[in-house]
Amino acid sequence: MDEILEILEKNGRATAEEISRMLRKKPEAVRKAINKYEKDGIILSYKAVINKEMVKYNNSGVRALIEVNITPQKDLGFDKIAERIYSFPEVSSCYLISGTYDLLLIIEGKDLHTVSKFVSEKLAPMENVRGVVTHFLLKKYKEDGMVLKRVEENERIAISY
Amino acid sequence: MSDKRGNSRKISIKVEEMQPSGIRVFFDLVLGMKDVISLGVGEPDFVTPWQIREAGIYSLESGFTSYTSNKGLVKLRMGLQQYLKKRYGLSYSHDDQILVTVGVSQGVDLALRAVVNPGDRILVPTPAYVCYAPLAELAGGTAVCLDTSADGFKLTPRVLESALSVPAKALLLNYPCNPTGVSYTLRELKDLNRILLKHKVMCISDEIYADLTYDFEHTAFASLPGAKENTLLLNGFSKSYAMTGWRVGYACGTKEVIAAMTKIHQYMMLCAPIMSQMAACEALQTGSDSVAEMKREYRRRRAFIVDGLNSLGLDCSLPQGAFYAFASVGKSGLSSMEFCRRLLQDEKVAVVPGTAFGKNGEGYVRISYAASMEKIKEALSRMQRFLKKIKK
Repeated sequence: MDEILEILEKNGRATAEEISRMLRKKPEAVRKAINKYEKDGIILSYKAVINKEMVKYNNSGVRALIEVNITPQKDLGFDKIAERIYSFPEVSSCYLISGTYDLLLIIEGKDLHTVSKFVSEKLAPMENVRGVVTHFLLKKYKEDGMVLKRVEENERIAISY
Repeated sequence: MSDKRGNSRKISIKVEEMQPSGIRVFFDLVLGMKDVISLGVGEPDFVTPWQIREAGIYSLESGFTSYTSNKGLVKLRMGLQQYLKKRYGLSYSHDDQILVTVGVSQGVDLALRAVVNPGDRILVPTPAYVCYAPLAELAGGTAVCLDTSADGFKLTPRVLESALSVPAKALLLNYPCNPTGVSYTLRELKDLNRILLKHKVMCISDEIYADLTYDFEHTAFASLPGAKENTLLLNGFSKSYAMTGWRVGYACGTKEVIAAMTKIHQYMMLCAPIMSQMAACEALQTGSDSVAEMKREYRRRRAFIVDGLNSLGLDCSLPQGAFYAFASVGKSGLSSMEFCRRLLQDEKVAVVPGTAFGKNGEGYVRISYAASMEKIKEALSRMQRFLKKIKK
């Protein structure tokens, strides 16, 4: 992967100017490369990673992992039915996977009731959906490479040879 | 009882005479202060990669809590044998040419004690890491500083040749160098090697920063033509794998020298901690991706900080290795120590005075980029404010 992407993936706030200094390139060249990545849909968006476990009064609701079994459609396979499913705003992630079921969804809703309602009224009755298994998330430990717990940091001595 | 300097004889004269580092006072000042942004550390800011830590934990869980062979775990020495062969084409037998030490510092001490006779001259290009000269003196030798400040902090064949107009026992070479970040290309090393062979001077080569070489491949001194029999290679896990606290290093050389070092090692240390050695085995087996990733990060920081320092008028060339920029504070009109003291007090940024590494480090400060990009950015902007203020 291009080093520009590697830097931005770690820190979306790194400016083209800063990246150009890290990579000893012209700022203009870096700016151009970033623009192209954005245009080509390689960089999709920039956002803050929020540790909701630590937000007070957070009403981020509940999350569930849902296994979905599907009957694939002739000529279209899974793609069309997957699209119908992931277009619901409740679906935050959707993966086609190998193994005992076909789609893995991550669903977000404001409470248990909302999620159950989505599953029973929208998802399960869908044509081609043969079965669903819902797993409610109890606790998040780590997400996208980030550990969601404040760990006590080992303070390095501030000066040494 | 007291000698003519009024010292009581409780402490050995040699130790009394060891460089009473004036730097210590400055270090204490840093350590006593809160919320300092530190670019003053001599170790990676990364933690040891998890799989290596896990191997250390597993060794404890499995009850590996004993001594190991004095030379170190066979498994580790065999791993090192393979690694050195693959990386540098060097053939050292795990049986009698590799010794596992407690960090490179102990390796340096063992090496000097093993080879130095009273009065032997040990050549140390300076500015240099702090332990070489004192350990040479403790071993009974005479440390001879070779000033590299006029040559971009590189030991040149000319300086080496002229130092050898008086015979010497060994050259203590450290590259990439702490504090200057200077390293040597294959051709430069060949020139130095030729002179050493001609004068029959041993090379003790501290290559602890070998994996952090940015602009060309690191060449092990021992891999130069005819150099292996004449060289003691010192390296370790601290810097490459971010394992400073584990204290594992290794020494490779002739049977003769390794046997002599082992003799001392068995009395003073017995062995390196077994859990650290187990972790080091894991590092050799699976650590190379982590090393590559950390190296990429250091390289970006290097470019960023050197660019920033130069634009502030703290002139420095692009260091070829390690994680230090050695910047000139000449334009500030302050001495190294004064610069560091005031920067610390006014802006709470810690860097190390060049004089910590030898008299000829005067006029320079060592700035470590083993700190996050955020900290580097903040430190640079504080330095800018500081420099503006002192110009008034």
